Amino acid sequence: MLSRRDFLQVALATGALSGAGNAWPSFAAGTMLTEAELLAFEPLGNVTLLHITDIHAQLVPLYFREPSINVGVGESKGLPPHITGKAFLAKYGLEAGGAQAYALSDQGFSTLAREYGRVGGVDRLATMIKAVRAERPDNTLFLDGGDTWQGSYTSYQTQGEDMVRVMNALGTDAMTAHWEFTYGTERVTELLEQLAFPFLANNVRDTDWEEPVFDGIATFERGGTKIAVIGQAFPYTPVANPRYKIPTWSFGIREEAVQAQVDKARAEGAELVVLLSHNGFDVDRKLAGRVQGIDVILTGHTHDALPDAVTVGKTLLIASGSHGKFLSRLDLDVRDGAVKGYRYKLMPVFSDIVTPDPEIAALVEEVRAPHKAELNRVLGKTESLLYRRGNFNGTFDDLICQALLEERDAEIALSPGFRWGASLLPGQDITVEDVHNVTSITYPAAYRSEMTGAFLKTVLEDVADNLFNPDPYYQQGGDMVRVGGLGYTIDPGEEIGKRISNMTFLATGAPIEAEKNYTVAGWASVNEGTEGPPIWDVVEGYITNHTTVSVTPNDAVKVVGV
Amino acid sequence: MKALGLKGKTMEDMTRRDALAFAAGLVAITVLPLPVLAAEETAMDEINKFVGGGEAAESGRVTLETPEIAENGNTVPLTVMVDSPMTADDYVKRVLIVADANPRPGVATFHFSPKSGVAEASTRMRLARTQNVIAVAELSDGSFHMAKSMVKVTIGGCGG
Repeated sequence: MLSRRDFLQVALATGALSGAGNAWPSFAAGTMLTEAELLAFEPLGNVTLLHITDIHAQLVPLYFREPSINVGVGESKGLPPHITGKAFLAKYGLEAGGAQAYALSDQGFSTLAREYGRVGGVDRLATMIKAVRAERPDNTLFLDGGDTWQGSYTSYQTQGEDMVRVMNALGTDAMTAHWEFTYGTERVTELLEQLAFPFLANNVRDTDWEEPVFDGIATFERGGTKIAVIGQAFPYTPVANPRYKIPTWSFGIREEAVQAQVDKARAEGAELVVLLSHNGFDVDRKLAGRVQGIDVILTGHTHDALPDAVTVGKTLLIASGSHGKFLSRLDLDVRDGAVKGYRYKLMPVFSDIVTPDPEIAALVEEVRAPHKAELNRVLGKTESLLYRRGNFNGTFDDLICQALLEERDAEIALSPGFRWGASLLPGQDITVEDVHNVTSITYPAAYRSEMTGAFLKTVLEDVADNLFNPDPYYQQGGDMVRVGGLGYTIDPGEEIGKRISNMTFLATGAPIEAEKNYTVAGWASVNEGTEGPPIWDVVEGYITNHTTVSVTPNDAVKVVGV
Repeated sequence: MKALGLKGKTMEDMTRRDALAFAAGLVAITVLPLPVLAAEETAMDEINKFVGGGEAAESGRVTLETPEIAENGNTVPLTVMVDSPMTADDYVKRVLIVADANPRPGVATFHFSPKSGVAEASTRMRLARTQNVIAVAELSDGSFHMAKSMVKVTIGGCGG
């Protein structure tokens, strides 16, 4: 719980187009942190944008540790969001050892988590959204960047329906998508029937005639201002996720289609143009420099939480974190068809401080009730901090890899570099819900097959290039594939084919041999017809066998040249 | 403006990139380099044949739209557009499309006349692996213009 030190006192965000001021509240010691202070914001202008993204179906409060490593390459090297930990705190002038460090870094995470408690919860988000709407009833637009319908036990059991109900109840004004598509063409179409607001995906076309599948744009009027919101779905959905689930939908960045939509919106009188994007931060930073006329890009996909807007020319980029941990508020002064000023605040949703909204709390209770016994079923306990976020193996990934090696009797394990998944503190029970929070996908089969050393190298090189290609348009998002039983050295700044070296078979300490076959267990294959038990059963088996799990930090992956 | 000489070995950046891909091939699979080299020469041969001793410039007049990363290497959409008034005096005659690392690099040749109205065409192609797609346009004044884009073919997975 909260101690006396390091509480939040809000110093108001003072942003201007000149980029002055750090827009994050300062947390002065000795002041009691309250909901009012979390929300405090001196309103500006005529439009308020509220943004959440990548909540990954997390309805209830959780722990979420930010990454300790997020390597930037090419033009993004050393720029936010490719700064972590102490350097991040220093860059934004944030206090170490307090609420700011807890919310935005990995520094002292386990200790601070006990002090400040859980984050997120849609009932808490609802309270904050309603408070802003009450203050700015005619000015507020609430936008969801997608990755909303997937990532939990209940979203899997209801095939996304629980989230549609909740997002409808929150009064969402528009959304875009990525993981939503992994429910497949038919289910997405069904859910859209239930959705009470626009589902925007300007960059999705049918594979026959390249015709739009979804609405690309929605227009709103707030505070007397005409606002155009263009939705940009994750461009590489059919590459990063199974194509067979959505065989007739084609994606891509489609820069020219974004420009065409912006130009059309302006011609039809839009005074404020917003791109609600699931491109990922670096892709959006590049796009902002190439597409003219976007005022605001609400970024998503890469789960970055930045306490200040990033500007590219006249375009503001906002990064609102993930898992319901933050609510972004951006006030804009729009006059004569241009943004004259802005004020921004990334508001952390500290679950112990924000009062749950009773209406949404009741709805969450209702959707979880049929699954309560399974959600709460305890499988074991962890002695270690379990987390995933970061470019390379996290401790939760190491646990999954260990489960694959042992339960599937394999020599090497591969686990996908997803960026979603809640953290668990040392000493916490591990429940079925916790396992699903890091594994819940619609293609969960844990395969077991043989791969040559040469093929394993190809896999590592291919994934590394999807993460570290110096041109963001060739990046696919996600992090490096996680490995068990295998060590390697990576130089992210190298070219494809030259990043990976020193591949080692950890069981013997011998180098991986190109021609030799290894037994590999993995999950989340994008290939149709993959066979094996669901990954959550594999992980459950491992945890129940061991009762208490402990994960030592993985030192088999060495990063050089950064 | 970058000129692309077609007689000598002056496709500098393309050669460098392919050399790297070639090196990668050597590490992963030891038998592939020969066909890759052969394909590269054939792509240049195709272009040389098309321009017949002329020189194609990256003048910005040709726009080549391809996905940055292919969703399916077996059917990659492409659209090529050439900025031209398409009048009897000034029009686009032909556009050649080549994929520089395909076993058969020639993808298509589109023929236009002033009656085409606009010099634009779309098709789909198969790409064996990550490579450059090159469009070369021949105009009625005898000049050649080109555009190039790289399409990545990946095994996928892991995103998100």
